[in-house]
Amino acid sequence: MIGEAIPTAAFRYLGERISAGSSGSLEDRDPDYIRKNLPLLWLLATVYFRAEVRDLARVPADRPVLLVGNHSGGNVIIDTFVFSLAFSTHFGVERPFHQLAHNLAMGWPLAGGMLRKSGTLSASHDHAEKALAAGAPVLVYPGGDWETHRPSWHGNKIEFGGRKGFIKLALDAGVPIVPVVSIGGQETALFLSRGNRLARALKLDKTARLKVLPISLALPWGLNVGDFLGHFPLPAKITVQVLPPIDVIERFGADPDLDEVYEFVTDQMQMALDGLAAERRFPVIG
Amino acid sequence: MRIDEHVEVATPPEAVWHYLEDPENYLRFMAGLTHWEVAGDRANGLGARYRILLQVGAAEVGGLIEMVEWNEPFDIAWHSVTGVDNRGRWRLRSLPEGCTRIEFRWAYAFPGSGIPGLVTELAASIPVRRQMRRTLRQLKQQLEEVSARSPAGPAG
Repeated sequence: MIGEAIPTAAFRYLGERISAGSSGSLEDRDPDYIRKNLPLLWLLATVYFRAEVRDLARVPADRPVLLVGNHSGGNVIIDTFVFSLAFSTHFGVERPFHQLAHNLAMGWPLAGGMLRKSGTLSASHDHAEKALAAGAPVLVYPGGDWETHRPSWHGNKIEFGGRKGFIKLALDAGVPIVPVVSIGGQETALFLSRGNRLARALKLDKTARLKVLPISLALPWGLNVGDFLGHFPLPAKITVQVLPPIDVIERFGADPDLDEVYEFVTDQMQMALDGLAAERRFPVIG
Repeated sequence: MRIDEHVEVATPPEAVWHYLEDPENYLRFMAGLTHWEVAGDRANGLGARYRILLQVGAAEVGGLIEMVEWNEPFDIAWHSVTGVDNRGRWRLRSLPEGCTRIEFRWAYAFPGSGIPGLVTELAASIPVRRQMRRTLRQLKQQLEEVSARSPAGPAG
């Protein structure tokens, strides 16, 4: 009886945190807070992750864009921090910039507050559209939890899981898509399985809106189920490549076939990821 | 953190000055410089502003800088307006036989970032010092090349 009650209460708590994380206020972003944290991010990115961000100048400096990234590293998304650091130092913290994150991340009491001040909004079409309409570039990860918890041996694959909402978002907002491809994040732990069947069996999709219950080997937990508290990432070399902007209407017409656009964007990203993978000689070391 | 490096060149201060006052030359000799663009109406002189970016470690750092001292042919100094808090200076002093001592000073800080900021200042000084030394080597090479092309010196 007690054995059943504890997980049920835990999943209910997760569900509450997810509901609490539904926030989309652009005014929460605090440039001074971001500036204050840049030195620590720079130190971690430079010394620990030997990070490189290439061709950031491809991001138009004077208009909103939809930055579309591949998502890696479980719940410890180092490539997002690396890209956000590079963006903030390249364009200055004065330029508004927002990222979308899962409600669960936004719902944790401490982490949620920090993310909001950093410009993060809970993932929703409306929040992204509002930020783009305000003139800010927005970073989205269409693959979301499906992609970030993929097994480590899928680390060099773009896995958006067929999610095409980002294309509609770009069309609705009238902004170009700028693909952002990163490598290394899936080497910060040994990711074994998304645990999507396990999540379904435990009805997490209904109680906590979670479609995955990832299983990994990660520090300091050893066997890590759920990655709810994150993990201590291995010092994998992170490389991020920005690709040329894609104007969907210019390339595919005013009423484009979403499947065709999806194929094109993911193919471009996969080719770039293959190129980055070919440069790597060893896992983690890079 | 303040870093100070210097080099001696077989070029008179006036010629070095004419080379340094032209914003188009900076992309030729500044190590790690990825962007140097005039921001505003003035290309140089007191009050001129530039948007600069330098690759340091994992990020391009820089922002808008403004010239706050323009004392021909001795000193050019700048302060940051946006981006990383920094101030820099070119200090040119004549040496015998038409040579010049070029001093490159750069100071930067991360106010409000606490202990991580201090640790980062220290850690960043290693690549920054390396880049400043390379900058001076490349500047010397550029000045010598320009002198060789034109007997009148870089200004001519």
